[in-house]
Amino acid sequence: MMRYLPHTPEETAAMLAAVGVDDLERLFDVIPPECRRTRPMTLPGPMSEWELNGHMDGLAARVTPWSRARVFLGAGSYPHFIPEAVRFVTQRSEFVTAYTPYQPEMSQGTLQAIFEYQTLTARLLGLEVANASMYDGASALAEALLMAVRLTGRRAVAISRAVHPLYRRVAATYLDPAGIERRELDFGPEGTTDPARLADAREIAAVAVQSPNVFGCLEPLAAFAARAHEGGALCVAAFTEPLAFGLFASPGSLGADIACGEGQSLGIPPSFGGPGLGMFAARLAHVRQMPGRLVGETHDLEGRRGFVLTLSTREQHIRREKATSNICTNNSLCALAAAAYLACLGKRGLRDLARLNRDKAEYLKRGLAAQGVRPAFPAPTFNEFTAVFPPGFRERYLRLAENGLVAGFPLERWYPELSDHYLLCATEVHERADLDALIAEVRP
Amino acid sequence: MNPVQAAAGLVFEEPLLWERGRPGRTGYSLPRRDVEETPVPEALAAEPPEIPELSEVDLVRHYVRLSQWNVAVDTAMYPLGSCTMKYNPKTNERQAALPGFALAHPLLPEALCQGALELIAALECLLAEITGLDAVSLQPGAGAQGELAGMLIFHAFHRRQGRPRSKILVPDTAHGTNPASAALCGYRAVPVASGGQGILEPEAVARLMDEETAGIMITNPNTLGLFEEHVAEIARIVHAKGGLVYGDGANMNAVLGRVDLGRIGVDVLHLNLHKTFATPHGGGGPGAGPVCVTRQLAPFLPVPRVVHREGRFFWSEDFPLSIGKLQAFWGNFGVLVRAYAYILSMGANHLEEVSRLAVLNANYLRVGLRGDYEPAHDRPCMHECVFSDARQRPHGVTTLDIAKRLMDYGFHPPTVYFPLVVPGALMIEPTETESKEMLDLFLAAMAAIAAEAREQPELLREAPRRCLRRRLDEVQAARKPRLTGSPPAP
Repeated sequence: MMRYLPHTPEETAAMLAAVGVDDLERLFDVIPPECRRTRPMTLPGPMSEWELNGHMDGLAARVTPWSRARVFLGAGSYPHFIPEAVRFVTQRSEFVTAYTPYQPEMSQGTLQAIFEYQTLTARLLGLEVANASMYDGASALAEALLMAVRLTGRRAVAISRAVHPLYRRVAATYLDPAGIERRELDFGPEGTTDPARLADAREIAAVAVQSPNVFGCLEPLAAFAARAHEGGALCVAAFTEPLAFGLFASPGSLGADIACGEGQSLGIPPSFGGPGLGMFAARLAHVRQMPGRLVGETHDLEGRRGFVLTLSTREQHIRREKATSNICTNNSLCALAAAAYLACLGKRGLRDLARLNRDKAEYLKRGLAAQGVRPAFPAPTFNEFTAVFPPGFRERYLRLAENGLVAGFPLERWYPELSDHYLLCATEVHERADLDALIAEVRP
Repeated sequence: MNPVQAAAGLVFEEPLLWERGRPGRTGYSLPRRDVEETPVPEALAAEPPEIPELSEVDLVRHYVRLSQWNVAVDTAMYPLGSCTMKYNPKTNERQAALPGFALAHPLLPEALCQGALELIAALECLLAEITGLDAVSLQPGAGAQGELAGMLIFHAFHRRQGRPRSKILVPDTAHGTNPASAALCGYRAVPVASGGQGILEPEAVARLMDEETAGIMITNPNTLGLFEEHVAEIARIVHAKGGLVYGDGANMNAVLGRVDLGRIGVDVLHLNLHKTFATPHGGGGPGAGPVCVTRQLAPFLPVPRVVHREGRFFWSEDFPLSIGKLQAFWGNFGVLVRAYAYILSMGANHLEEVSRLAVLNANYLRVGLRGDYEPAHDRPCMHECVFSDARQRPHGVTTLDIAKRLMDYGFHPPTVYFPLVVPGALMIEPTETESKEMLDLFLAAMAAIAAEAREQPELLREAPRRCLRRRLDEVQAARKPRLTGSPPAP
């Protein structure tokens, strides 16, 4: 017997009799011989639960988690402490094992939680409306650019080269087959993108800028928004670290029309890159071109407050090929984690945590500078920044990594011109001793 | 046997987070500050957003109360057709939470993440073996993204052949995401009507298939729960015109270990790990939608791909024909861990048994319901069966009423009004993890509802009455959208 399969032989026999066939195999008579396998599947297992634990422990032991090492990696996935209360509520099986709330009377828990997530996301990003979430930050950016194309009818977009390179590649995957032109805006020696480079705002649907950008630098978002709007284009603000908006001005308050990015920092473990949380917020005037699920407030027959999925005429089950997107779910459980995490912090907790993050990174920045390891760019940063390590550091990097110290991310992998540039991240999980150890190791 | 599974118990009203919050509380224990403060340049600083402040006990009680307003697989039978709401094994949660998996940074040097890379490579092999296809990418983050990957592969393949195409055939029984995904590649979806028996006819495909058509998207078993028995012939027709065949594997749960997708002529297939491979649906995600292809199409798979050399695993970007990237990183790894653990727990024999019992359960419901409800097609089904409200409509009762009344009996309703080809459809997928006695209770509930429809139809029209809320006004929600809570008082 297998513990997930409840049928006893007697029950199976009784059910077959009810169905009117004498053997389970007869249920598959409709499958023609030319469609059938010629040999049975060859798979490992079955493993008992105990064996499985041993096998999985063995695999997991050959991965270095940030909790066991000094890992100074950010670059789109950030190590943050997740309070047990957040983890606990996210694991309630009534949330975990339900599906999309198609039947609102039986799904008010998920629906209210998503409505709260939409509200907190809109507040965090400084915009009027947020969707129920998307797959990840990169696909959220791609969807934002497609939305701008629909809104403006223009078939080109401009994207800063200081937007996370992996996000730009996802945008290319979504935009190129549709024949939407991508124009790149280079970054300058400050580590930021110069709004003066945006000369074609009358031709493009949107300009996409990330702030803090992939080098950790805050971009002049307000200037981009102003230039975009002069030309009738939209300003799309991407982000990978939403905690920054606990300290710095939100994208919406700086004039962005769409804010989109990754919410993994908000109570979601990095999990080797996924699942994450595609956060997406926009202006209310644009809501009918917004992709993704939306939850709205309404009332029941007796006038009591309740929540439903709404504005679904934008979606593919009604509009099919005319839909705003092919996305038909969200990353609901991750959205729930983000809302619970934000509420756990609260307004002041968010500000204090954001400040601590920045202070840790500034401490590291100063400590490195005192050793002669200079920041690559002068622009202000949040919890990650780019430093220029001594020439030929690459070999030391690998040796340190084998010993459990990951000295940031070598940006040369994404920007061949940035040799010896390392992107370093420090958050509340890095203790001063960890930071001091890194400073000591990269001494020229 | 009393078919009413629902009992009226005490649940609690719960305000919105910001109605519960009080300035001055927190639920968070800030890690110790061991570095000095660095002043923030004034031009950059801003007031933090208005996030409500709750103590830990408030936070926990808030979400535990909300959770109690949900019905889920762990509380009740959830026979949502085409969604495969099977039991989600608890051991898989343990595996995904292991620090080596949950706390692994995606950009770790390869030497520090060999275990994760090995798991990805191993799961790719398992899914290739299960489907009969040659190569797999685990990157797509959901079924719809797997579908998009498939369409992008079609697009890239035809462009590589030097002949981009403009149309794609989509049967009328297809999932709504099929045409939406195709449209993202600039394809115009050409509908193909299914035949009288709910099955695609080769002649209908032959009439529409031409050299402007990129291929066909087939869900098999289809959304009527029927096996597309002419699929191999249809594949030959499509291939003869240079087209490709896309298989929507949403309903793979019916045919594990039985069907060889490669032999059938499917070129690209996506799987929903959150359906067939028992990872939780999470209230609407995250899932995972791996895409499986033939050898011929392997060069087009998303990058990076895991390669194995001299006993070590590496990421490789060296696939110049690739469609590119779909997610920033490597896919929903946390979901992949759960699916991998599920397959190892089952082994080949139990996976075959899964399909046998899923199909047995669906047929048992089909036979048990057809006395009271009108079957869409009265023939043996695969993993799900489809009925309509044709016999209830004369009493002024619709599918929606039946669905809402089922809630009062303590069952999550089936998928309703889908597939579109069946007016008033009730699409029921019990999955293999429901026992005979649970199915018998469901049948008894459905029989009682059919009797109520005849004798006391108002009971259905006024349902549900046992849920936290009565029917909700969806028209009002769409007409005057309220998508966020009120701004906080100044």
